[in-house]
Amino acid sequence: MRAVCYYGREDVRVESVPDPKIINPRDAIIKITATAICGSDLHIYDGFIPTMQKGDVLGHEFMGEVVEVGRGNNRLRVGDRVVVPFTIACGNCFFCKEELWSLCDNSNPNAWMLEQITGFSGSGLFGYSHMYGGYPGGQAEYARVPFSDVGPLKVPTSLGDEQVLFLSDILPTGYMAAENCQIKPGDTVAVWGCGPVGQFAIQSAFLLGAERVIAIDRFPERLALAATHSRADVLNYSEVDVPEALRAMTGGQGPDACIDAVGLEAHGTTLDAWYDLAKTSMYMATDRPHALRQAIACCRKGGTVSIPGVYGGLLDKFPLGAAFAKGLTLKMGQTHMHKYMPGLLDRIERGQIDPSFIITHRVTLDDAPTMYRVFRDKRDACVKVVMKPDGRA
Amino acid sequence: MRNLQTTVPEIPPRVSIGTLERVAALTTATAVVAYGLSRRSLPGVCLAAAATPIAYRGLAGEWPRAGNGHSPRAVTRDALGGKRGVHVRESVRLEKPIDEVYRFWRNLENLPQFMNYLDAVIDLGNGRSRWLAKGPAGTQVKWDAEIINEVESQLIGWQSLPGGDLTIAGSVNFDTVRNGRSTQVSVHFQYAPPAGRAGSLIATIFGREPSQTVREDLRRLKQLLEAGEFPHAKSKEQEFQESR
Repeated sequence: MRAVCYYGREDVRVESVPDPKIINPRDAIIKITATAICGSDLHIYDGFIPTMQKGDVLGHEFMGEVVEVGRGNNRLRVGDRVVVPFTIACGNCFFCKEELWSLCDNSNPNAWMLEQITGFSGSGLFGYSHMYGGYPGGQAEYARVPFSDVGPLKVPTSLGDEQVLFLSDILPTGYMAAENCQIKPGDTVAVWGCGPVGQFAIQSAFLLGAERVIAIDRFPERLALAATHSRADVLNYSEVDVPEALRAMTGGQGPDACIDAVGLEAHGTTLDAWYDLAKTSMYMATDRPHALRQAIACCRKGGTVSIPGVYGGLLDKFPLGAAFAKGLTLKMGQTHMHKYMPGLLDRIERGQIDPSFIITHRVTLDDAPTMYRVFRDKRDACVKVVMKPDGRA
Repeated sequence: MRNLQTTVPEIPPRVSIGTLERVAALTTATAVVAYGLSRRSLPGVCLAAAATPIAYRGLAGEWPRAGNGHSPRAVTRDALGGKRGVHVRESVRLEKPIDEVYRFWRNLENLPQFMNYLDAVIDLGNGRSRWLAKGPAGTQVKWDAEIINEVESQLIGWQSLPGGDLTIAGSVNFDTVRNGRSTQVSVHFQYAPPAGRAGSLIATIFGREPSQTVREDLRRLKQLLEAGEFPHAKSKEQEFQESR
C-alpha cells in the first residue's frame, strides 16, 4: 500500500510499504477514506520527536471502512464505517475503567521508554514515535487498529467523512479543553492559539455556556475564522498588548478560564537525551508568545488554566508562584478520546457542530510532502489539510 | 469443666498442643534453623525457612495461619528477608478478581506465557515442578522446584531443589487493594549473587537488571489478564524484516 513515511527532519515521503495484517485477536484492519495532518505531526516533521525511525508511517487522525476483523472482536463487522481515536486503549485496565482512556496501562508496548522519563507511561498512539508504541499511523491506504472492539466509533452514512473525521483527535481535544474549564453560565474564556484545536475549544466553550470567548493568535485568517464561525472576540497579539486588553475586556478581573491551545511540544525522549531535547524545544518556543506563562498571568483569581497544547519536558521560568498566589486550577493531558467521541458525534448529528469548517486543503496522499511544508509554514492560509487515500480529493 | 447449662457454644482453644510437644518442636526447629543459617548458603537459608513454621508452632502452640498477625505470608517474607543473596521485589495491580489471578499463577504451566525467559514449566505433581529456561548460546537451563508454602488466593512460596542448574527461592503474594476492587501481585525472588555457574546462568536469564526483567514480566501478566493480549506494533515477521 501507499503510506506517508518519516525519513528525517523535513523529509516526508510517500512510499510503498507492506499492507497491515491482523496480529492480535482484538485487531481490525481499516481501509482509510480520509486522514488529516495534525499540528502535532509538524513537530515530528521539524525533528523534535525522539524515537522516530526512518520509514515510520505517520498520521493519527483517520477514518475508513472495516475490511478485516480479528477473531476476538465481536463489535465490528466488515463494511462498518468508523472513526478511529488517536489514543489506543484496552478498555479493561484501571485507567480505562475510570474513563482516563489516554492513560491506558496496556496499549504501549514500549511503556518502559516513557517510564524512564515520566515515571509512568500513557497509552500507545498511532504514528507518533516508538516511545508511544511505534504503531504505524493512518496517513496510508490501510491501518491496523489494535483493541478495535473499544476504540473505533461507528458513524452513520448520513454524515460525510469531513463532518466526522475530526472526532479522531482535534474535536474531542478542543472539547475536553473547554470542559476542563468548568465553565459556568456567563463566564469569559480566553483561548491562546486559533489552530484547529483552538477553533474547537472556542466552539465548545460556547456550547458549554460561556458568555464570551476571546481568541488570541497572530494569523488574520485564523482570527477571522474564530470571529466569523464561532462569534469569538479576537486579539492579534502582534498588534495589541494581550494582558492589558484582557484586563480591559473583563472589567479588570481577568478571564474566568484560559485555554493554552499552543503548547510547546517539548515532547519526546530517549532516555538520556530527553532533557536536552526538551530544553531545545523550549528554546524553539521562545519565538512563540509564551502562551502558557501569559495564560497563567492573565487568568482571574481562582480561575482555571486548561492546557490541550502538548508539553513534554521541564519548563523554564514557569510561574507556579503566580498560579499559587491566585489559587488557580491547572488541567491538562492527552484527550480521553473514548469518553468524548459518542457525545460529540451526537452533537454533530444534531447540527450543533459542523467541524468541517476548518478544512482549507483537500489533497491526495501523494501531496503529503508538499502539504507538510505548506501547513508548517502556514502558507496559503492553511489551517487544516485532509487527504483522501483513494485519490478522490 | 464444661458447663452443660450454657447455650453459648464453646470456642475451641487455639493452643492445641501440649507443653512437651511445644518444647520438642521449638528445640528441633531451633537446631534446624541454626544449622541452616550456619551453612551460609541459599539452600541453608531455605532449610532454615522451612523449619521456621515448626519454631512458630513451638512458640505459639499452633501452625502458622493467615490473619493472626503471624501468617505464612509473614513467615515466608521473614524467610526470604535476610540480607544474603540478591533480592528482587516488584509488584503490579490488576483489575481482576484475586481468585482469578491466583489460579492463573498457581497453574505454574501458565508462567512461560508472560515470563519470556522460560521455555516451559512442567507440573510434576505434589507441589513439584520442572522449570526450563533459555540459557546462554541456545542452551537450556533446567531446575526443579517445590512449593514450600501456599495459602489459597494469598501466597505461593517456592524454592529450587538440589541438583538443578540454579538455586532460587521466591514468593508471590496476592492482596486485594482499593476496597477489594483491584488485586495486587507482589513478587519476591532471592538468589545467590552472580558468581559461579549458577550465578552466571541467572544473570543470563534475568539480564543485567533483574528488577526490570521482573517488572516487564508483571506488565505482561497484567496485559494478558486485563487486555487478553499483548500489545504489538508490528508482527514478528515485520520486525524481523526491518531489523535486517
